[in-house]
Amino acid sequence: MISFRIDGRSVVPPYLQIVQQVRQALRMGVLQVGDKLPTVREVVAATAVNPNTVLKAYRDLERDGLVEPRAGLGTFVVGRPSGPPPGTHSRLARSLAQWVRSAHEAGLDDESIESLLRITLRAAAEEETA
Amino acid sequence: MASSNVDPIQTRGLSKRYRRVTALSDASIAVPEGRISALIGPNGAGKTTLLRLLAGLARPTGGEVAVLGSHPSQDSAFLADIGFLAQEIPLYRRFTAKDHIGIGAHLNARWDEASVVQRLATLGIPLGQRVGTLSGGQRAQLALALTLAKRPRLLLLDEPVAALDPLARRQFLAHLSEAVAGGGLTVVLSSHLIADLERICDHLILLAASRVQLCGDIDALLAEHQVLVGPAKDTTAIERDHTLVQAVRTARQATLLIRRNGPVIDPAYEASDVGLEELVLGYMGQPAGPTPKHLSAIGEDK
Repeated sequence: MISFRIDGRSVVPPYLQIVQQVRQALRMGVLQVGDKLPTVREVVAATAVNPNTVLKAYRDLERDGLVEPRAGLGTFVVGRPSGPPPGTHSRLARSLAQWVRSAHEAGLDDESIESLLRITLRAAAEEETA
Repeated sequence: MASSNVDPIQTRGLSKRYRRVTALSDASIAVPEGRISALIGPNGAGKTTLLRLLAGLARPTGGEVAVLGSHPSQDSAFLADIGFLAQEIPLYRRFTAKDHIGIGAHLNARWDEASVVQRLATLGIPLGQRVGTLSGGQRAQLALALTLAKRPRLLLLDEPVAALDPLARRQFLAHLSEAVAGGGLTVVLSSHLIADLERICDHLILLAASRVQLCGDIDALLAEHQVLVGPAKDTTAIERDHTLVQAVRTARQATLLIRRNGPVIDPAYEASDVGLEELVLGYMGQPAGPTPKHLSAIGEDK
């Protein structure tokens, strides 16, 4: 079972925060196929968001084939988001950390790194669509 | 959530005058079933008047009002379905929580005693202690638990969390949201604390100067509005295509809150989405706080 953290100051709407946290838990292997999601009641009791917000998030996840409601039992994980298996993330995170260290050593501050990353991502996207 | 064909709250041209003062004028609203509606407005805008009219505690001087399909009154059949929590929490300070549960059982035909006892146990509120010695948060929770024990279909709350600390507020709202998740309950909640409302509410009634400015689904209302930032030029073209809600102008820059009527195509303006606070303040006619950094930077460049 996972719990959700809703940041009221975030520009990401609450329902999307729930969707993203479920997806992230699936990618990291915290949630697996067959696991039960907390009920709407449990989520609102813990976070004080609107029940319809949770329902909307669960419907989104259902539409993407990740979860499935079972009458009287709750909502269960039935699939994984497409993408690499959990191990890949931590492996890439390690090599990125190494890269960030060398960038800092070369004198780049965080703002320059972020802008470099944005530029690189945009260039990569253009390359892929070209 | 299940919805019947008739909204629990429907008013048309609802008005209330007290001698020479108009407290509410020409209010037409609808709140669908299962919603938690935020009732927002400056002090004196008519929030309490609207809640009292809906609860049958005041009589309208004009217009129509239907609550759960009937005319609000002090009739016991009507009141059985309505929970009303006034600003000053109506508890007897010298009585215990247990005494209040006994009074509730005596006064209400439908009374879910087990739910109150269980709720108070969960919150760690002692049954046998005088209410006057409980904390403000505990008293508010007790009042809500008692109100919910009559299993109302409509709950009207007038600034229930204003006096509570952030933790007590969060717990109170979680309790409320949990009750709505159980189904069959619609809530109207007045408050000035927009951050709280943004989290828990999915419907908005915005009052200003005794009139309804906005009423509807919050996500839909936010999607209909936009903020345009651009040069301080003639805004006639914008005003022809859209409804201009608020304009803040400096010598060079104009910040316009508009209700859209189709897409905005003028490239001179940078369009951005609005949040609930910005929307509410826009309709109340005040500039909505500091402008985001990147927007004010645009003005300074010129």
